[in-house]
Amino acid sequence: MTVADFAFYVFALAVLASGLMTVVSRNPVHSVLWLILAFLSSAGLFVLLGAEFVAMLLIIVYVGAVAVLFLFVVMMLDVDFAELKAEMAKYMPLALLIGVVLLMELGLVYGSWTFADGAMGLRSAVTPDAGELHNTAALGALVYDRYILLFQLAGLILLVAMIGAIVLTLRHRTWIKRQNVLAQMYRDPAKAMEVRDVKPGQGL
Amino acid sequence: MADFFSTGLGITIIILAQCLLMAIFLLLSAYFILYADRKIWAAVQMRRGPNVVGAWGLLQSAADMLKLVLKEIVVPAGADRAVFFIAPILSFALPMAAWAVIPFNTSWVLSDINVAILYVFAISSLEVYGVIMGGWASNSKYPFLGSLRSAAQMISYEVSLGLIIIGIVISAGSLNFGEIVAAQDGSFGLFNWFWLPHLPMVFLFFISGLAETNRPPFDLPEAESELVAGYQVEYSSTPFLLFMAGEYFAIFLICALTTLLFFGGWLSPIPGLPDGALWMVGKMLFFFFIFAMVKAITPRYRYDQLMRIGWKVFLPLSLGWVVFVSFAAHFGWFGGAYARWAIGG
Repeated sequence: MTVADFAFYVFALAVLASGLMTVVSRNPVHSVLWLILAFLSSAGLFVLLGAEFVAMLLIIVYVGAVAVLFLFVVMMLDVDFAELKAEMAKYMPLALLIGVVLLMELGLVYGSWTFADGAMGLRSAVTPDAGELHNTAALGALVYDRYILLFQLAGLILLVAMIGAIVLTLRHRTWIKRQNVLAQMYRDPAKAMEVRDVKPGQGL
Repeated sequence: MADFFSTGLGITIIILAQCLLMAIFLLLSAYFILYADRKIWAAVQMRRGPNVVGAWGLLQSAADMLKLVLKEIVVPAGADRAVFFIAPILSFALPMAAWAVIPFNTSWVLSDINVAILYVFAISSLEVYGVIMGGWASNSKYPFLGSLRSAAQMISYEVSLGLIIIGIVISAGSLNFGEIVAAQDGSFGLFNWFWLPHLPMVFLFFISGLAETNRPPFDLPEAESELVAGYQVEYSSTPFLLFMAGEYFAIFLICALTTLLFFGGWLSPIPGLPDGALWMVGKMLFFFFIFAMVKAITPRYRYDQLMRIGWKVFLPLSLGWVVFVSFAAHFGWFGGAYARWAIGG
């Protein structure tokens, strides 16, 4: 067994174990932490496949940003776990049914999966030779050069989603006091303060 | 003997020895920059700083370390024990792991990978977990507030750090530190380095680095005046030592990144003088000096000011800079100052 094989088994076992723990652990914060371990281990698997750029992106985007927000939300939740557990028995049959249906669908798809003639050839025709370029540069050439239109469209969809979310939640309340940071910064101490001589017993 | 070091076991031993060497270098530098930090801080405030233990107080850090290790570890009653102890280990181990790809000279690097700068960025985006886990596992109000603040702060400033790095990567044409430094080599010494074309970004990078490592004036996660000590409140003894050492590794890492990205790494500033690792370490120490001076002379920011600067000033500026650098690199403006490709192009 080579080092790469050994590393593969370590990462694969870690992904499976932490995935399982994500589902079964009782505390939701622990679940998110296990999920993060699963992301990290799958990044390790990507490195073993030679896709180091994708591995780093997985860590930066999913672990560094998305999972932090998950953790953020889950930590703030005040959930009564005993109540949740009691509810669980009620929904168990339905959940099992959905699980079985999904499993059967996956089985059907997997059993009847066929490759079109030349599918692999078409896919590898656009990929630059691995010997010529780093895979980071190759990915850049594909995404920003050959498939720029698709890439921009995907970005546009995300932008629309973002603007939609902002429009739905933004309420500009005009009746509250706001800070004007520039006005604060350009305030002149000479005009803002004044020294007065207060006579005893008179006040201002 | 030479045969032995080309076998599997020999290579493993060499790699372990290199890692050990790097770890010793890091621990020693953490030891002395902690001392330097306190001395510089004291000098600015016209105090003497540590001067009792050892000559000129040189053994003060060792005394503190010994004190922290020998103290009792107190675990709060409601704490989540496992997470409580994983948090300091993470914040010690992660900044250390990032040093695996930092080169000190041509090919003086533990692991010369193609995506080195992304690796450092990925590791530093993980560092926030040490703080969040520590704050949550303590099961106490102040640590939790501190960790929530720091989560928002570190994510916000990572965005602008990442955009600034993209500008440098566009200019250098590579994600590898060796090639980024090689792209800054030239016959004009320090005027060939990226600080000149990327001048505004040097300041932005430095300030974002301060916020990313929770240094003053952005040390809001542990703001003593509001949150006692933030996420570290419930930590004592060795776990606290791990948090503190990890913080200094991360600070030194930002110094190394500033050196490599903007100030030519191991290249000599004066044409004719030999390049070498001493230049690299010297530049890193210089930036650490600036870090310490900033800590001594600036008051702490308010939280809303910090967020405003991060999102409304730094993000648009660095994003605009990426666009500008892309145009300048593509059309070769300014005599090709923005397009010194090491590969491709």
